[in-house]
Amino acid sequence: MNVAIDLANLVAIALIIYGLHELNSPATARRGNRFAMGGMAIALAGILIRTQGIGWQVVAIGVAIGAIVGIYAALKVKMTAMPQMVALYNGAGGGAAALISTVEHYVAHGSSMNDVISVSLVLSAIIGSVSFAGSIIAFLKLQEVMTGRPLTYPGQQFVNGVVLLAILGLAVWFVVTSGTLPAWGYVVLLLAALLLGVLFVLPIGGADMPVVISLLNSFTGVAVAITGFELDSTLLIICGALVGASGTILTVAMSRAMNRPLTNVLFGAFGAAGGTVVAGAGGAPQQVRATSADDVAVMLAYANKVIFVPGYGMAVAQAQHSVKALADQLEKRGVKVLYAIHPVAGRMPGHMNVLLAEANVPYDELLDLEDANTELPTADVALVIGANDVTNPAARNVPSSPIYGMPILDVDKAKNVVVLKRSMRSGFAGIENPLYELPNASMLFGDAKASVDALTAAVKAL
Amino acid sequence: MTDISHLVSLLTVLLLAVFVGFEVISKVPTTLHTPLMSATNAIHGIVLAGAILVTAGLFASSHGAALTILAVAAVTLGAINVFGGFAVTERMLEMFRRKDSGR
Repeated sequence: MNVAIDLANLVAIALIIYGLHELNSPATARRGNRFAMGGMAIALAGILIRTQGIGWQVVAIGVAIGAIVGIYAALKVKMTAMPQMVALYNGAGGGAAALISTVEHYVAHGSSMNDVISVSLVLSAIIGSVSFAGSIIAFLKLQEVMTGRPLTYPGQQFVNGVVLLAILGLAVWFVVTSGTLPAWGYVVLLLAALLLGVLFVLPIGGADMPVVISLLNSFTGVAVAITGFELDSTLLIICGALVGASGTILTVAMSRAMNRPLTNVLFGAFGAAGGTVVAGAGGAPQQVRATSADDVAVMLAYANKVIFVPGYGMAVAQAQHSVKALADQLEKRGVKVLYAIHPVAGRMPGHMNVLLAEANVPYDELLDLEDANTELPTADVALVIGANDVTNPAARNVPSSPIYGMPILDVDKAKNVVVLKRSMRSGFAGIENPLYELPNASMLFGDAKASVDALTAAVKAL
Repeated sequence: MTDISHLVSLLTVLLLAVFVGFEVISKVPTTLHTPLMSATNAIHGIVLAGAILVTAGLFASSHGAALTILAVAAVTLGAINVFGGFAVTERMLEMFRRKDSGR
């Protein structure tokens, strides 16, 4: 029987890896997701057979609640809220890993465990707890239950350092005593790890969320892989490692897209009130040219090529369907419409792509940073919809700017740039955007959705 | 001795899985990064298997109600990951279509 289960696990792992492989193209991705689902089903069936239904009541209750909550949330969540959703899922995985370690610890309590188990148990408890608590804070920030601004206080790094040292000390104590330390030791360890998770996400601002979510994703993967050592399960080790690798790749890609080392994102508190010196700010207000929907509509309708540049503002205004309606109107008139997507536009990797896919925008019209920058110089109009810092030419030519060196979308190279913006408030990072003062740029003020709808109506009326 | 060699073989599995993960994931295009994240949420839902194992271990010995509650919580969180993760990924991927495939 055990051999059969081992073989089933092998098949399960093959299906999961192949499923991830199929995510290499939108055309095969759905099939890939189903392969992974099949693999997961086989793996879980194997575990149920192996445990012969011991404790089935607990499993039945947990799975019933989890399935109902999970599927309900998955079907109901708005696409604009995906970052929060993924943050919660990261937290759930980390929390489960920490709980598993905790139950293991108390089941074995009093009797000493071998070093592999004690080390992996304590590590998965720590990393799982950090991921759990950090994800909850990330969720609260994304859901705007709490401010998206970085929360900083004097001596922050010092406090984090003390908590980290306390955790390491307790962890060493745990391993040295083979897990037979007094009960309070383990409880304090867990609480300290939860506190560290909270402290580590608090100072990170909303615009840096793509990095944090990716990093927490990776933490959860690592916690699960380590749980695999604790439970002697290659299934958990492999799946955890895959997720850890994925989260790490995304974390690196996001940091690179902001041209900031990870440490700067985590400890820099970018955009903290008064924290960042704003280059060129404090001077005279920017001289910009405001325009009207009718003027922009004419410009768009008689263009050959228009490139939309969506940002977080589009998500906030839920404007993706309006954007698609405008694109349809323009395409009807023979205008070529493309979309330029910056990797860190929005609050998580690929956020804009999902929103536009929801609005039925074909994925072959979505350009990544590189392709967008080859297309932009030949575009008649670049229409910036709720994006700011990712279009700031200061990143290219003002060495004193805090975002200098960040790869941006070169919208200023299009023949005309129209920026849809709520007001002249600076972007998240509080950095002035010289784009708005360029001779080929004009501003259309108002809510992104209202402005796009007005443009669509005006184009239709031409 | 056998303990060590077992540990080494687990570490080997880990190492290979990390390499495979980097190879496979680095080929996922940026446009699918959000579904990739939710799919990996579902995949780390394999902790559900761990939660089931631990629950079985718990029930094989005498235990208090508090631990049972923790076990239920672990199973629930794992199940949320598996079911929610795959469902939301499926829902998102359904939306990705090519230009001429119509609607």
